[in-house]
Amino acid sequence: MHPARTMFEKVWRSHEVLAETADAPAVLYIDLHLIHEVTSPQAFTLLRQRGLRVRRPDLTLATMDHSTPTRTEQLFGGAPIAIESAARQIRELENNCQQSGVELFGLRHSRRGIVHIIGPELGITQPGKTVVCGDSHTSTHGALGALAFGIGTTEVAHVLATQCLLQRKPRTLAIEVSGSLRPGVTAKDLILGIIGRIGVAGGTGHVIEYRGGTIRGFDMDQRLTVCNMSIEAGARAGMIAPDDTTFSYLAGRARAPQGEDWERALERWRELPSDAGAQFDREVHIDATAIEPMITYGTNPGMVMPISAAIPRSDDAAFAKSLAYMGLEAGAPIRDKPVSVVFLGSCTNGRISDLRSAAAVMRGRKVAQGVQMLVIPGSQQVKADAEAEGLDRIFKDAGAQWRESGCSMCLGMNGDLVPSGEYSVSTSNRNFEGRQGAGARTLLASPLTAAASAVRGRVTDPRELLP
Amino acid sequence: MSGIANLRSRTVVLPASNIDTDQIIPARFLTTTTREGLGRNLFADWRYDSAGQPRPDFALNRPEAQGCRILVAGRNFGCGSSREHAAWALLDHGIQAVISTEFADIFRTNSLKNGLLPIVVSEAVSRRLLDHPGLEVSIDLQATTLTLAHGEAVQFPMEAFARYCLLNGIDELGFLLEQRERIAAYESRSA
Repeated sequence: MHPARTMFEKVWRSHEVLAETADAPAVLYIDLHLIHEVTSPQAFTLLRQRGLRVRRPDLTLATMDHSTPTRTEQLFGGAPIAIESAARQIRELENNCQQSGVELFGLRHSRRGIVHIIGPELGITQPGKTVVCGDSHTSTHGALGALAFGIGTTEVAHVLATQCLLQRKPRTLAIEVSGSLRPGVTAKDLILGIIGRIGVAGGTGHVIEYRGGTIRGFDMDQRLTVCNMSIEAGARAGMIAPDDTTFSYLAGRARAPQGEDWERALERWRELPSDAGAQFDREVHIDATAIEPMITYGTNPGMVMPISAAIPRSDDAAFAKSLAYMGLEAGAPIRDKPVSVVFLGSCTNGRISDLRSAAAVMRGRKVAQGVQMLVIPGSQQVKADAEAEGLDRIFKDAGAQWRESGCSMCLGMNGDLVPSGEYSVSTSNRNFEGRQGAGARTLLASPLTAAASAVRGRVTDPRELLP
Repeated sequence: MSGIANLRSRTVVLPASNIDTDQIIPARFLTTTTREGLGRNLFADWRYDSAGQPRPDFALNRPEAQGCRILVAGRNFGCGSSREHAAWALLDHGIQAVISTEFADIFRTNSLKNGLLPIVVSEAVSRRLLDHPGLEVSIDLQATTLTLAHGEAVQFPMEAFARYCLLNGIDELGFLLEQRERIAAYESRSA
């Protein structure tokens, strides 16, 4: 009989080609390698220089999302992609995939989307898999009980060439969340609250397992939002034990196992959750009932507070520099601060339920004068689903821009930018200086808060507009 | 990659904690398909004003920072995005080691794979280095020691395999490729 093991331990052990020793890291097998246009070109170049081939194109899937345009006319109307270097990157991924036999959801593919949205959506992200991508938000996929983490481009080359990575085993951190979220409080507010509590380096060197009744009660979209921002606490990965919510989410999806394979997969997946009594290196307890709608006020996601609070005071020089960048004052409220941009989308909050919750606030209302609101579905499938429900009409009638999927204004690589000095309420994951454009001032919040702030034209507690 | 053993340089200091990779190299410079030439945009939004002119008060722009190969920074350096362009940009600018009390995981891995040394030191050593920009320090990777100006040497942690690869100029992909038979055996086992 095994000693009690964590879910992470089970997935790690079952993927060891070679266990780690004092002298060498483990050789860890990778079940799914997702690639995109920005962090893969130099990896393919390395393979060509070394005369190497992609070992398992069948375990590799490519999409384009980071530098792709969101304007329909540039994708489907024959207009050129505005940024020439981005267009070149896109062509290079097309060539690399064609030459190596890697499946690509290209620019005009109906299943294209943000890499962390389409993995779960296709059902190719599955419990117990090891999943990597040259993108730090790969932690998202852990919501299905996968061990999923971001890697650099050299490691992308390692996985392309060998389907393996050299890895030191991380430690484990259990985050136990209990109680129900109050009305108007979302999974985004919970994860922002967790990051505020443990800090932006609180998870460094760790894989987080989110546990407890609150997490068990979450649907898959909520779980994906939580795991997505694990990296914002510094963690390599975030994981949630697979359960009936996971299984019913996956059942029937395009790349999920079917028929007898499905039954066998279910048997394996039911063995994955951490055993009773399994030991974690650290544990943190969070009371979900105490979480309020959260908003960031600084230049990292740990600088976060309840939307009704006043900005805290600190003697730290970096803290003062951060507030100066943001044009905010310690001790002042952030509520009612006028905003000029609202961004709804990203791998954090670009799924259908995020669009639904924002649409519920905006139905029959208008985006305030002087506010630009961008609604960017996380994938072309999310876009199609939203249009089938008529959500696009709600956003368009309100005066928001409804566009094609991609990372867009989360990092502004494709030219979707917040002007310098302007405030943006954004449902994305990073409020770093310049993240949404040089000089842009980002306030991270939930889709509900973003929608309410768009309607009022200033930072608004969504509970004021909820029925 | 040739072996790295010793490094001696004056330091350039960026005292802020949580310097993220978006600061090290902003996303708009990532629409490139090569790893060369990123150094000119290292810390672009801190280094240049909106007209593209160097800000004279930024640490890396000062005359005494020219030729410095060791950067000292506040805690949790390299957090955020996984972009390896951050390590490439630092190296292209001439930085060969970063000293901090803590590094973000992905940045540390990316650095080691490119021969950029992430050197972890105690709060006390970090404080001294942060408070005294331009100190001449040396790094001995073989002995894993950092020697400060007045001869005091402190040990720094360095993962054994990464150190071995750096000292001997061995690239990790070569090591992984040698595991081909084991990888194939794993694949047939789990098929």
